[in-house]
Amino acid sequence: MINIFEVNETNKMIEQENLDVRTITMGISLLDCIDSDPARLNEKIYDKITKKAEKLVSTGEEISMEYGIPIVNKRISVTPIALIGGAACRSAEDFAAIARTLDRAAKTVGVNFIGGYSALVSKGMTPAEELLIRSIPQALAETERVCSSVNVGSTRTGINMDAVKLMGEIVLETAKATREQDSLGCAKLVVFCNAPDDNPFMAGAFHGVTEADCIINVGVSGPGVVKTALQKARGADFETLCETIKRTAFKVTRVGQLVAQEASRALNVPFGIVDLSLAPTPAVGDSVAEILEEMGLEKVGAPGTTAALALLNDQVKKGGVMASTAVGGLSGAFIPVSEDQGMIDAVSAGALTLEKLEAMTCVCSVGLDMIAIPGDTKASTIAGIIADETAIGMINQKTTAVRVIPVIGKGVGETVEFGGLLGYAPIMPVNGFSCEAFIERGGRIPAPIHSFKN
Amino acid sequence: MKKTIITVVGNDTVGIIARVCTYLANNNVNILDISQTIVQGYFNMMMVADTSGSPKDQGTLSRELSALGDEIGVVIRCQHEDIFNRMHRI
Repeated sequence: MINIFEVNETNKMIEQENLDVRTITMGISLLDCIDSDPARLNEKIYDKITKKAEKLVSTGEEISMEYGIPIVNKRISVTPIALIGGAACRSAEDFAAIARTLDRAAKTVGVNFIGGYSALVSKGMTPAEELLIRSIPQALAETERVCSSVNVGSTRTGINMDAVKLMGEIVLETAKATREQDSLGCAKLVVFCNAPDDNPFMAGAFHGVTEADCIINVGVSGPGVVKTALQKARGADFETLCETIKRTAFKVTRVGQLVAQEASRALNVPFGIVDLSLAPTPAVGDSVAEILEEMGLEKVGAPGTTAALALLNDQVKKGGVMASTAVGGLSGAFIPVSEDQGMIDAVSAGALTLEKLEAMTCVCSVGLDMIAIPGDTKASTIAGIIADETAIGMINQKTTAVRVIPVIGKGVGETVEFGGLLGYAPIMPVNGFSCEAFIERGGRIPAPIHSFKN
Repeated sequence: MKKTIITVVGNDTVGIIARVCTYLANNNVNILDISQTIVQGYFNMMMVADTSGSPKDQGTLSRELSALGDEIGVVIRCQHEDIFNRMHRI
């Protein structure tokens, strides 16, 4: 029988340490909506999403009430739209119309984001995929809840440098198209290498073609819980430190697994995966940076940061894997800048630079995330940042991503405010030397060799 | 049987248990176990209850107990036992 101390421990995590389930994301396949007539295609997409996800939000709220655990977001991911719209769309405007349909469906069912306005072009681009990519600035400017992602490389295929170059331009155009909102559109656009098919976290979520018709994926969180647990292990050796993180990650993930199972049962939709992630929010005490600092760093970015993050990421996985029947998605520690108060403070203090963040992405999930850069950054420079990050993912057989926001009209030293979960960020300097001639080459970087690991 | 864990935390005062138990009795909720401590001056109680006989659903019970807590000046939570079992038992 459970005792009062265990009950208090759990409730303290929820009330004081920001333990929550970050998202229940319903993945919906739109493959059966494909039609050569744009009007019919949009109608089928709207009908399928609103039918499948009709009870998603209310079910999430019921589970939250029954167990007393906050479920922060209810979201939807769909099959990459480049595949769905290929037969019907003849122009970028045709694709943007699908984005508007997704936005409308999201609003009808009450989810706050819908992901999957995506193209997977790690080796080459079909005309439809290129059209979709070119429509992204318009689509993100005209919609509120649609998220977009583009996979430009993988360990198996290498890097599509044509797509990298194009995405440098598209990120900048998206920033310009949403300049009135401090280039907010770029916060909803991710460029991936090795993108996972079952990621529940935005803005990179999409429902891969290898997935079932409809599934439930859950993303857990809880940086505050880990940080509080580590406060009790101050000065202890690394074995104790690792054990503490592992135990805490186990507890946090078990809650995610419970919510996933209950949601799956209540909605009569198969359970997909639990994403074992430490996802920070701008709230005080809900920060991955504070965990790293609790380990003994004065500020994130100090020497030792990469090692601390590597340790954290690995222990979260080790603890979480045992707590869940199926693990997937991005699974690891997120290091977004604008969504993490500790990261913001480290940047403001001059401790954390773009280059150090890049090094950190070698050992954690995802990559350069929610980083505001000057609005006058060249498209080729953004493409260079994307190429670097993609190369890290390709060589290390991991998911990496870039979500940078060139804030039009603002420069280094200024701050940009996105609001809500997206937070605010000081604009970070970017290396001013050009990589234009490198990016202009075009073509592909071939897949890496899988032996001779050094 | 669906077991519910009811926790009451707050400043100690006269009649907390009486008022919570009266509410539960009026709503046909059976109490299976009670444990109670005072931690650092705070009243801290946990009840294991069976709500399956109650005409009210879990959401309503949760909301009404929470409102009762506000009246008494304590925090009352009402949660399915599985969240604790999952977290603390392998």
